[in-house]
Amino acid sequence: MTLSALKRTPLYDRHVALGGRMVDFGGWEMPQQYTSIRDEHLAVRKSAGLFDVSHMGRFEFGGEGAEDHLQRLLTNEVAALAPGHAIYSLMCNEKGGILDDLVVYREAKDRFLVVVNAANRDQDAAWMRSHLPPNATFDDRSSELCLLALQGPHASELLPDGSSDTEDIPYFGFHPGQVAGTRALISRTGYTGEDGFELFVDSASAIHVWDAILDHGKSAGVLPCGLGARDATRLEAALRLYGNDMDDTVNPYEAGLGWTVKLGKGEFVGREALDQVKAEGPRRTLIGLKTAPGDIPRHGAAVMAAGKRTGTVTSGTHSFFLGHPIALAMVEAASFRVGDKAAVEVRGREAAAEVVKLPFYRGSARSAVAPAKS
Amino acid sequence: MADRRYTKTHEWVTVDGKTVTVGITDFAQAQLGDVVFLELPSTGRKVGAGESFGVVESVKAASDLYSPVSGRINEVNEKLATKPELINSDPYGEGWILKLELEGDLPQDLLDESEYKKVTEAGSQ
Repeated sequence: MTLSALKRTPLYDRHVALGGRMVDFGGWEMPQQYTSIRDEHLAVRKSAGLFDVSHMGRFEFGGEGAEDHLQRLLTNEVAALAPGHAIYSLMCNEKGGILDDLVVYREAKDRFLVVVNAANRDQDAAWMRSHLPPNATFDDRSSELCLLALQGPHASELLPDGSSDTEDIPYFGFHPGQVAGTRALISRTGYTGEDGFELFVDSASAIHVWDAILDHGKSAGVLPCGLGARDATRLEAALRLYGNDMDDTVNPYEAGLGWTVKLGKGEFVGREALDQVKAEGPRRTLIGLKTAPGDIPRHGAAVMAAGKRTGTVTSGTHSFFLGHPIALAMVEAASFRVGDKAAVEVRGREAAAEVVKLPFYRGSARSAVAPAKS
Repeated sequence: MADRRYTKTHEWVTVDGKTVTVGITDFAQAQLGDVVFLELPSTGRKVGAGESFGVVESVKAASDLYSPVSGRINEVNEKLATKPELINSDPYGEGWILKLELEGDLPQDLLDESEYKKVTEAGSQ
């Protein structure tokens, strides 16, 4: 695929003007970095960073059947979600394999916004439409709305003038308001482990909001951030990346996301298979690895225990913040415990690794993994 | 300082008498992204033109480094051990990698600036 065949968000010209190095990400031409992944990564951990995540899919479900529809397609408990609250969930196939991970926002009793991964947008839309009951509606709002993420320990102090008060928005809560004098849905969610917001704004005002946040935050160290910083921060927070750490051959228990599966909520796609996995125990498990500086375990590298291959690295990078490489690996269940030594393939040789507790880093997010109970 | 010459594998050299300084190009560092580590040889080792002498690890990938010339390694940039980011910030200056004592003549296939530019333009699309 050539770059010209890729899709672009309404902020594309801004990315180019800011020096963004544009790469193909799930069929979208997005910035890998603007200045340096290191600087952008550290901005997110120490001040705040601004990401364009408009490549993600935004679907709206309405009608009296919307709740039931999502309840039947998703593993998590949607019915108990109060308006103004969001929840992280998985969507599985009948075999319990993960089709996508997503966030469900309940806007009203009969209205939900669902944000899905960019690379899965088309498949998800087809799957969700094919299961749609007659009393629910599906609306792809991806092109009308842009999604910006301002993430960092100081994010809440760094929204520009003309922005609503966010003090009373809980983690995984959201409300309609204003950012830089423009209508926005302000959500206290993110993918970095830090406090911060995801802002749904009309596509026509996206450039205005983007510029206002960067102008206002400049003196406090706010930087525009690309996919490189996004990957590093999500990995430090041990947030799974669909396509790397999980896909439809992985079930939620293997991915360490069993907490999103509510087997007791009633019928949903994959329930029977997942019931069995839970009863038998998962065969594989996702672990965290730490290696010496320079030994970066890459996606697909072998993980060994006592000379025997027991798994594969699913994500790995150098953590500029922690000062050493970190990786997630899918390994045979019970082959490792935290503190164990392991070996991992790096540049064709075996490098020493240590099994460490997840997440690698707990940021300022009010709850780094499980959403707060509403 | 003599003119800088380039390889198709994105190394550069400058020649001062018998001493050849080697680094990677600005195009290469930009493609690699933030460099986090270099695996470099010890001084005294002999390398042949086109031979791999080390590895550069960026956040994105590990890439082999190839010697543009044949010679004996006299010096390795020690600063890169603690500051690998010099490769990104100053690839033609403080981010130099090796100094070799040239053995024989410079290879014929080294590129000048305009020839190298054509390589990068062909490779970036």
